[in-house]
Amino acid sequence: MEKKYGKPTRDAYGETIVEIGKANPNVVVLDADLSKSTKSYAFSQVFPERFLNVGIQEANLVGVASGLASCGKIPFISSFASFLVCKGFDQFRMGVAFSELNVKVVGSHGGITVGEDGASQMSIEDVALMTSLPGFVVMVPSDEVETRALVLEAVHYPAPVYIRTGRPKAPIIHKAATPFKIGKGVRMREGKDLTIIANGFLVFEALCAAEKLAEDDGIQASVIDMHTVKPLDAELILEEAKKTGHVVVAEEHQIWGGLGSAVATLLARKHPCKVGFVAIQDTYAESGQPEELLEKYNLTSPYIVKTAKKILGR
Amino acid sequence: MENFSIEQLKAKAKVVRRHIVEMTGAAASGHPGGSLSATEILVALYFNLMDHNPQDPHWPDRDRCILSKGHASPALYSVLSEAGYFDPSTLKDFRKFGSPLQGHPDRRKLPGVEASTGSLGQGLSMGIGMALARRLDKKNYYTYVVTSDGEMNEGQTWEAAAMAAHHKVDHLIAFLDYNKFQLDDATRVICDMEPVIKKWESFCWHVQEIDGHDLKAILNAVEKAKKVKDRPAMIVAHTIKGKGVSFMEGNNHYHGVAPTPAEVEKALKELT
Ligand SMILES: Cc1ncc(C[n+]2csc(CCOP(=O)(O)OP(=O)(O)O)c2C)c(N)n1
Repeated sequence: MEKKYGKPTRDAYGETIVEIGKANPNVVVLDADLSKSTKSYAFSQVFPERFLNVGIQEANLVGVASGLASCGKIPFISSFASFLVCKGFDQFRMGVAFSELNVKVVGSHGGITVGEDGASQMSIEDVALMTSLPGFVVMVPSDEVETRALVLEAVHYPAPVYIRTGRPKAPIIHKAATPFKIGKGVRMREGKDLTIIANGFLVFEALCAAEKLAEDDGIQASVIDMHTVKPLDAELILEEAKKTGHVVVAEEHQIWGGLGSAVATLLARKHPCKVGFVAIQDTYAESGQPEELLEKYNLTSPYIVKTAKKILGR
Repeated sequence: MENFSIEQLKAKAKVVRRHIVEMTGAAASGHPGGSLSATEILVALYFNLMDHNPQDPHWPDRDRCILSKGHASPALYSVLSEAGYFDPSTLKDFRKFGSPLQGHPDRRKLPGVEASTGSLGQGLSMGIGMALARRLDKKNYYTYVVTSDGEMNEGQTWEAAAMAAHHKVDHLIAFLDYNKFQLDDATRVICDMEPVIKKWESFCWHVQEIDGHDLKAILNAVEKAKKVKDRPAMIVAHTIKGKGVSFMEGNNHYHGVAPTPAEVEKALKELT
């Protein structure tokens, strides 16, 4: 796989939200003193009257968004995923999920590819926390193309939505013409022996792993970009599992409660089969270059290959 | 540790500022602005005010200092290394893979770091916990917390403020590194916290207002704060973000952007 870097997914969010603002006067954008990092800053420059920077107060941010949504606005709120999700959690619970209000949440700096800032700024728990809230849609897009499409979809989706974006440049893996739908995985490659289900940065790694497995071992792997963790695309996963009988799930998230847990729960209920997991093994990461960290925490393609061979007994 | 004189503290502050510039420059990332504003506060604490032992970082009777505004880690690391917790040559590894000098302070990785911080607004609560433990254990140590105007945006700051006063928590001395800026802009623009003095007074804290770059004023304020009984003490220290480097002073670009190699050179010339 040739690695062709595009924009960071957070930049794609910033650009798309301006587009949306032009088309939809009900959209308001809020941030908590990180607009230049989450990229909601772009919106503040075009629509200052519909932008609010509340300051460093994530819990209040969520409460204010809840109030705006109850009056018919569509608030898009952003901060680092770690702070927004962890500090705003009870507010998400009471004011958004339990209240069934239409708030769109964008947590930037997801995963450990945050890099040098270190563990306190890295979100490895966001998918677990946000999927636990009844009714919340949870997405982890992989590149700028997919991010733009899913943010556009989110505006019209009649439920609260959480989207994780990333800090560094993301390799482009999708074409602009690909149709994206919330809750529908994208099959990037079709194989008969194995299914690799991934999201975020790990989709690129999964594609590299599939290539390697085919070249070195003649193993034909399907690769699914499962950008939506919830609602999970059960139909596609079951179709694949029935065909290949072997599934590897890869994600830049704590192993407890992420995409892997969601897929395993589905398969346990509907089609028990061999499943392997590539994820962060119940630990916090540290400062370093994104590539160094992906390597240290076993999130690169060789680890996907290794996990695949293990469950295939090869 | 021996208590440094004002002249010695001044000289140490300059050394620390040089480290801050060099280490953020070498890392090509980090937060120089808020590190430079907090320099005198940390230097005064570690080289004069605090009772601590770099050879025995976990000594139970030590005074504690929490850098609640964890992004100012370059200032804390520089001070810790100059105080003897580790060799200053390690500073060049700041933010590098495998280094104990994480982007934000990590108590698991570096002895001398009292609290892991980096998610703003939590240090005051942790400090209250340490001060309460002191009361239970009948010890005499002081707990210092270095917080910021941006952190005053956080609700937890005010939960802590009310609770500490209600429970008459003393031996707790906080500094507000009041450099008037946060990340996206000036605090006045994002979420003005004025009147700051009245806020803390109305929460029943003992409040003093000083120039946060005046070492003598810092020492005097802490001496007074130590005598306060049955309530926590807040020292509102007016500071300048980027202090000591002409092109960084009051320029919030350097909140979270490191100096380029040319800027490092320029800054070091000013800091001789
Ligand atoms: C809970 C939380 N929200 C957001 C951030 C991101 N952030 C890092 S520094 C900063 C601004 C901090 O302002 P202040 O504490 O006044 O820092 P200073 O100007 O003293 O450097 C922000 C918003 C964070 N670290 N923690």
